[in-house]
Amino acid sequence: MPYNIQIINLLASLLLLIAFAMLSQRRILSLINLFAWQGLVLSLSTFVVAYSTGQHHLYYSAGLTLLLKVLLLPWLLHRLMRKLNVRWDVETLINIPATMLVGIGLVIFSFNLAAPISQLSESITRGLIGIALASVLLSMLMMLTRRKAIPQVVGFLAMENGLFFAATSATHGMPMVVELGIALDVLVATFIFGIFFFQIRETFDSLDISNMEKLKDD
Amino acid sequence: MMSTNQALGILLQIYQSLLVVALAPLLTGWVNQCRAWLQNRSGPGVMQPYRTLRKLFHKDAVMAYNASLLFRATPYILFGCMWLAAAIIPIIAVDLPFSPAADVIALVGVFALARVFIALAAMDIGTAFGTLGARREMLVSFLAEPALLMVFFTASMISHSTQLPRIVEALARHQFVLYPSLAFAGLAFVIVLLAENARIPVDNPATHLELTMIHEAMILEYSARHLALVEWASSLKLFAYIAIGIALFLPYGIAEVGAMTENWESALPLAIIALLVKLILAGAALALLEALLAKMRIFRAPEFLGTAFLLAVLGLLIHFLLGA
Repeated sequence: MPYNIQIINLLASLLLLIAFAMLSQRRILSLINLFAWQGLVLSLSTFVVAYSTGQHHLYYSAGLTLLLKVLLLPWLLHRLMRKLNVRWDVETLINIPATMLVGIGLVIFSFNLAAPISQLSESITRGLIGIALASVLLSMLMMLTRRKAIPQVVGFLAMENGLFFAATSATHGMPMVVELGIALDVLVATFIFGIFFFQIRETFDSLDISNMEKLKDD
Repeated sequence: MMSTNQALGILLQIYQSLLVVALAPLLTGWVNQCRAWLQNRSGPGVMQPYRTLRKLFHKDAVMAYNASLLFRATPYILFGCMWLAAAIIPIIAVDLPFSPAADVIALVGVFALARVFIALAAMDIGTAFGTLGARREMLVSFLAEPALLMVFFTASMISHSTQLPRIVEALARHQFVLYPSLAFAGLAFVIVLLAENARIPVDNPATHLELTMIHEAMILEYSARHLALVEWASSLKLFAYIAIGIALFLPYGIAEVGAMTENWESALPLAIIALLVKLILAGAALALLEALLAKMRIFRAPEFLGTAFLLAVLGLLIHFLLGA
């Protein structure tokens, strides 16, 4: 195997590992740091794909990922966390070992699901669709099992990371316009989520979104 | 020709076994010394375990009056098991005559045998501490063992064999390849090593604090030569685990007996120097890891070891998906 593919495989495995680490994380601060690391791994892998396939627009998206997901979004989330004063969020709906077991099940499921798809692909990194799918599903699992708002948003952003990884590894990236659009979307979404956080806290005095269930009138 | 090869193999096997027994306390001393340096203490020196062993061998053994034969025999069984494990693992050369005796699964079994005996001996006297230690040891090890097996399976899948010499050959010979699956297995193995050798996040080898101790609680009743053998067996176990780690993840530089018949004069010193350098680095890394981590509550240990199992299973799955 050539070295660039080995490096991409290694980075893909790291992406999956970070997804699991996020799933097992109890503290918001470490969760945001892990999100930044995941962004870094994503940016590196995009860069390696760009280098090994010679697709120039992937360099731009690697740079964009670095700027947005490693620096800007973690900084925004850190600021939000400080302003909302929620450093010690520890609540999960199911306990963490059980979540990890469900996570393993999801990984097996997505590897199986991706096996026939990856045989259709021609690209050098087709084996990675399974890993990308697994990290998307793991991030979704994190959104489902967390009770508080900030981890759910981090889960959402991590899910976007997984999708982005799927796009670069399976098809060498989306058109630049789409990529810019998604980047902007994620940025705006984070701003809006930030405003939502303040609204939720002002209404309920906590960021526990289960309070929102009381809003419906029956 | 065949007979000289065999004789050389047997000679090397004896040499490796004696070397391991002689070096194991030194490794423990080195780890303790590094820990002392990292904690800004001057430390007792790397030879301290030898002095402790000599002191213990010169003392008179004291036995509880209700100690059974099991209690007396356990230190010898423990020492024998660990020595056997160290003889099976390829440490200085690959094709030793003893290594086909057991594959990695049997190796895990040898460790399990030693563990069962030490736990039974701890319960034999009937003190509260012994029973407590034995139960905790079983809690930790029944979670560590599947993770260890999974680590071995990952390495076996890559090299298509469960024989340690074949695994080492397969990993050491062909050109350098980045194995993401082995990286995962390596992480899992480090966690298992920490748990199985009573190192810091799970157990503290330097304390007799009753609320936290596991390994020390089990051997509280031993004294003199029995204690010396138990301590020596612990050193051997640490040595064996680090040797397994080196064999699986850093096998470069190990000598091969087949190749050694032609130029074994140069291959063997190289293998020993490589081993010593790797041991020194591994011991320092272990001490650093212990200095960075904090002792965790006993009820967090299952989660910690669950992480090891998870990492090892992920390694296996990634091997299936990527073939690497």
